[in-house]
Amino acid sequence: MAEPRPSGASVPASTQTARGAMGEALLEIVDLQKLFPLTQGIVFRKTVGHVRAVDGVNLTLHRGETVGLVGESGCGKSTVAKLLVALEKPTGGTIRYKGEDVAKMGGRALKRYRREVQIIFQDPYGSLNPRMTVGDIVAEGWSVHADVAPRKGRLQRTQELLERVGLNPDYVNRYPHQFSGGQRQRIGIARALAMQPEVIVCDEPVSALDVSVQAQVVNLLEDLQDDFGMSYLFIAHDLSVVRHLSDRIAVMYLGSVVEEGTEAQVYGSPSHPYTQALLSSVPLHEPALRGQKDRILLQGDVPSPADPPSGCRFRTRCWKAQDICATEPPALIDRGQGHPAACHFAEAREVVPVEVAE
Amino acid sequence: MTSSSGYISSTPALEPNPTAGPVLEVEDLHVEFRTRNGVVNAVNGISYSVDQGETLAILGESGSGKSVSAQAIMGILDSPPAVIAGGGINFQGRDILKMNEEEQRQIRGPGIAMIFQDALSALNPVYSVGFQIGEMFRAHRGTSRKEAKQHAIELMDRVRIPAAARRVNDYPHQFSGGMRQRVMIAMALALDPRILIADEPTTALDVTVQAQVMDLLKDLQRDTGMGLILITHDLGVVNEVADRVAVMYAGRIVETGTVDDVFTRPAMPYTVGLMNSIPQVEAKGGRLQPIIGQPPNLARIPSGCPFHPRCPMARTGAAAAPDRDCVADLPPLRVVTVGREAACHYSEELLNG
Repeated sequence: MAEPRPSGASVPASTQTARGAMGEALLEIVDLQKLFPLTQGIVFRKTVGHVRAVDGVNLTLHRGETVGLVGESGCGKSTVAKLLVALEKPTGGTIRYKGEDVAKMGGRALKRYRREVQIIFQDPYGSLNPRMTVGDIVAEGWSVHADVAPRKGRLQRTQELLERVGLNPDYVNRYPHQFSGGQRQRIGIARALAMQPEVIVCDEPVSALDVSVQAQVVNLLEDLQDDFGMSYLFIAHDLSVVRHLSDRIAVMYLGSVVEEGTEAQVYGSPSHPYTQALLSSVPLHEPALRGQKDRILLQGDVPSPADPPSGCRFRTRCWKAQDICATEPPALIDRGQGHPAACHFAEAREVVPVEVAE
Repeated sequence: MTSSSGYISSTPALEPNPTAGPVLEVEDLHVEFRTRNGVVNAVNGISYSVDQGETLAILGESGSGKSVSAQAIMGILDSPPAVIAGGGINFQGRDILKMNEEEQRQIRGPGIAMIFQDALSALNPVYSVGFQIGEMFRAHRGTSRKEAKQHAIELMDRVRIPAAARRVNDYPHQFSGGMRQRVMIAMALALDPRILIADEPTTALDVTVQAQVMDLLKDLQRDTGMGLILITHDLGVVNEVADRVAVMYAGRIVETGTVDDVFTRPAMPYTVGLMNSIPQVEAKGGRLQPIIGQPPNLARIPSGCPFHPRCPMARTGAAAAPDRDCVADLPPLRVVTVGREAACHYSEELLNG
C-alpha cells in the first residue's frame, strides 16, 4: 500500500523511523486513578465523597498492537480514554508515554503527546462541529500542529485523507449533516489520522452504527493499522467486535481491571467470574450453538462507584464470594490459569462454545 | 381484586381469542411520511402474522421501517407527516384501521402493548413509577387509585423488581437502566395484552442486564401465552429468543422463515451480507465482509430490487433471466421452500449453492 499521506517533510524523523519496531511499550499506565469529588453546598463547597471512576488501572500498550478494553457502562472505560488523551487529569497513578511521565510533561512535550495520541469518539453526531465543513474539521488540528502538514497543499492533503478513509474527496466542502452515521465516523477517523498519531484511542467507535456499516468501519480501522502501524486502545462494550480487533484484552469492572490476557486467553479460558458472566451473556448468532453454553445470570446491578464494596468489588454479585473477598481486594495476578485475573478463586472455565467445524 | 383476575389467572391464553388463528395479522401495510421534501416511503407493503405464544423477530437496520410498522400497529405514528396509505391490521380477526378512535383505544389498550428502547424517555419523569403503572388500571378499568397502586406493586414483583412495595413511589430517575426497562415491561403487561411489541428492548442495556431482561420476557411470555414481536438489529438476540424472523430492508420484508432456517441457509443476499458483517464472540475469525455502500434513502428507493446497488449477486441486462432483472423488476416476496419466503429473483441459487 503506497503511503497516501505525504508524510514527514517537517515531522521529526525519529518518530517516523521508529515505526516498524513492533513490541516496544508505547503507553504504560500504572495504578491510574481518577476520583471525581462529590460536593455539597453552594458557597462553601465541601467534598462529601468521591466517585471512584477509575481506581487502579494497569495497562500497557505496545507499538502496533490493539488492546481491547471491555466493560459495561459505568465501569470507567471512557474515563480511561479521557485520561489518556489528557482531557482529564488523573488524581493518582501515572501514564508513561515512551518512558516519559505525561503528568510531568510541559509545553512542547505535552503538545507532541497530544498530537501523537488521538481519539475517535463514539457519537458521530455529537463529535463533529455542525458549522464547520468536513475539510475544516479534518484540517483543524494543523492550525495548532502546523509542522505536521505544510501550509501549502493542506487542501490536497485533506482530500487524500478523505479518500483514504473511503469518502469522496470532493465532499471536502460539505457539512456533517450531509453525511450518514458511518460516513461521519470516517470523518472522525480522518481527523485523527491527520495528526499522524502513534496511538489512537477508539472510544466505542462503532457502537452507534448499523451492523453492515459497522463492519466497514472495523475493516477500515484494520487496514489503517496495517498501513501506518499505529496502536489502538479499543474501548467497547461489544465483546464480539473487541475480540475481532484486539490482540490483548482487559476487562474492567467498577473502575479497575479484573482480567487481562490475549484474546484467546480471555475468551477461551476466562478466569474471573465477571468475565465468565459477561461472556456467557453474549447472545450467539449460530442456531447450532444456541443453548450450548450455560448462561451465568448475574443478580442485581453494578454498585455505585461512589460507594464501592470493600475488598473485591465484584463480590456483591459473585456466586463464589467468601469472607476473604470482603476484606482483601484480590490482586491482578496469575493464579495458575495462564493470565492475570483479580479474583481469589480464579479458575479457568470455558463459557463460550467453540465453533462447530463447518 | 376482580379486575386483576385477567393477568393473574393461570389460563388467560384462550379466553379472549376463541378462534385459533393468528392473534395479529398485518396485511400489505403501507406507511408514508409526507414531508415538504417529498414523500418518504417508510413501509411498503409488509405482511406478517403472529400466533399466540409465538415470538416473531423483525430484523433490520435503522431506516428499514421496522419501528414505523410497529408504531402503525400501536396507532402512535406522528400524523401528520405519517400516513397509513394502505393495508390492514387485523387483531383477533377485526381490522383496527377500520374502527373509529374510541374503538381503537378499547382494542389496543388491553390487547396490544409496546415497550420502547429508551426507558428513561418513555417514562414520565414527574410521576412515580407506581402511578404510571397503575394508570393502565385507572384508565381502562376504572380502578381506584389505591387499588391501582396495589396492582402496580404486584406487577413490579412480577417483573422482579426487588422491594417493589418500597420502590413503588420512586421516580424513574431513581432506577437503573435495567430496572427502568422492567418498569416499562410491568406497565405493558398491566392489562395482560395478547400482543407485546418490544422495540429494541435491550439495545440500550449492557449484556448482563440484557440477558436478564430477555429471560424475563421469555418467562412472562410462557406464563401468559402472549405473542411477542421483537424488533431488533441484533442477530444474536434474534437467534436466542425468536421462533420466526422477518428481515426488513427499505420498508419491505425481504425474507421470512424460522430462525434456524434463515440463519443457517439465508435465501436473500442481504441476509447473507448481514451474517458476514458480524464478528463472532466464539471465534476470532478472519476479515469481515461488509455489505458495500449505504442503506438507501427512503425518499429515493432504488428501482427494481431495492438492494440491487449493494448486492453482489445483482444481475441486469443480458445476464438476467427474463423478467428477473434486478435493476428493473421488483422481486415479490415469494415462497422459496417450505415455510420460507424471500424477495430475491435468485434465491434458489443461494439456497442450492
